[in-house]
Amino acid sequence: MTPSRAAFAAILGKDLRSELRTLQSLPAMALFSVTTFVIFRFGLDRTSLSGSLAAGVLWATLLFAAVLGINRLFVAEREEGGFDAIRLAPIDRSVLFTAKATALLVYLLALELVAVPIFSLFFLDSAAALGPLVAVLLLADLGLAATGTLISSMAVNSRARDLLVPLVLLPLVVPLMIAATGATEPLLALGGPGYHRFGTWLMVLGLYDLIFGLVGYAVFDFLLED
Amino acid sequence: MHALLAAAPALPLGEGGKYVAGAYIVFVLLLVIYVGIMAAKLQRIERELRDLAGFAEARTQGEEAAPGREEASSNV
Amino acid sequence: MYGKGLRTLSIATVALLAVGLSLVFFYAPIETNQGFIQKIFYLHVPLAITALVGFVVGGVFAIAHLRSGNRKWDAYSYVSIHMSVIFGVAVLLTGSIWAKASWGHWWVWDEPTLVSFLIVFLLYATYYPFRYAIEDPERQARYASVFAITAGAFVPLNFLAVRMTQSLVHPRVFATAEGGLPNSMLITFLFCFAGIALLWVTLVKFELTAKSASGQVKRLRRALDAPATSPSSRVAPEVS
Repeated sequence: MTPSRAAFAAILGKDLRSELRTLQSLPAMALFSVTTFVIFRFGLDRTSLSGSLAAGVLWATLLFAAVLGINRLFVAEREEGGFDAIRLAPIDRSVLFTAKATALLVYLLALELVAVPIFSLFFLDSAAALGPLVAVLLLADLGLAATGTLISSMAVNSRARDLLVPLVLLPLVVPLMIAATGATEPLLALGGPGYHRFGTWLMVLGLYDLIFGLVGYAVFDFLLED
Repeated sequence: MHALLAAAPALPLGEGGKYVAGAYIVFVLLLVIYVGIMAAKLQRIERELRDLAGFAEARTQGEEAAPGREEASSNV
Repeated sequence: MYGKGLRTLSIATVALLAVGLSLVFFYAPIETNQGFIQKIFYLHVPLAITALVGFVVGGVFAIAHLRSGNRKWDAYSYVSIHMSVIFGVAVLLTGSIWAKASWGHWWVWDEPTLVSFLIVFLLYATYYPFRYAIEDPERQARYASVFAITAGAFVPLNFLAVRMTQSLVHPRVFATAEGGLPNSMLITFLFCFAGIALLWVTLVKFELTAKSASGQVKRLRRALDAPATSPSSRVAPEVS
């Protein structure tokens, strides 16, 4: 195993184990989602949702819950000297980016494992759309993980870091949201799942993932300089 | 007819004219505001340079007047 | 020396803008669909294109900064983005006026280019609080460069995504700009575009010169050991 691969596995493993043990982000994100669904139920005065309204509620909630997790992504690194450790290790520093982004991806998928079925329970007539929705969720999560990791790593070294992530991240993920809701809306249509421009939206998501994955990987080294 | 319209500087203020005028006025306004802010910055730079020049002159005059004074005062 | 050539640039800018403006009102024909309102586009579109190119240029300067470590590129990047944000305000305001004139509302979600521009503008508006939140100046410059590069990559993707939300064939208001544009309009547009683009360059140079002068004052103050009379900006990068 190359040193980079070993480092990747080590960082990822440490992160997941730490989260499993302390459970500081995941329960909060999941709980937040469910509560937000309830707020939407009363805010919109609706007990069932379909089409664009359903897609909007789902994705807005997932996004805001993700921000909670993204805020906390690098806190351990900052407090326990993880950044210094990476700087000293004789490996490609961008491995911290890929490892953390993968960890964030895992958290997002775990969040959705809880939030999406509950969303379906609360608001949807049938669960037929949930299968194809997985593809949309996966691709969107990849983009969210890349961009979120990048912004989080910058925000953690600043003042007002909890403000910075939502502020800078939200405009950046607008194209992601456009594509994700674009694909989800016909899936959650009243008559049954539709696939209008489904492939096109998935491609846009893929393009976003590619671009921001590459950008994040390329610039991460400069973020870690002393 | 087209040539006639093109030749005359028409300002049909009844219809879209006021919006076009508004757009160009907004642009000019922003430009003027920017120039105003930069003017304030330049004034500050000028004032600081003046202060610094005065400070430097006072210092050289002070050194000429009493070249040994600094050493004496440092003993105290 | 940042101020060198500033006078020539300014004169050229004023000349081009004067010519452009005259062309708009004395030469360009009235467009058949929109009527007189279409004249806003000779101002709005050059501003928009210049602002967007300015953002990308800011990203390019940021790349130069990260690769060379020379802080002057960071100053170039900062001022480029700063100027493009200001031009962006003009774009949104003129776009809103056009929307009111064409559709009766001060804002419409139907025009994808305007909406995309709003999102880009919102992103770059976060550049300032972002810089301000990072205290160490060297780190601030580096992070700002990363931001500028990321945002630069974001711009085309954003336009693509927003454009795709237009499912119905929307009467492209700017169909007059692509294909079928009469020469008189094209010439007018090109002069206006050249004038606005040169205005951007002139103002960027102007601002860099002012920053440089400020930097020299600080340098002088340090050399003379004089007390500081006014607080220094924590956001804007120093130029010296």
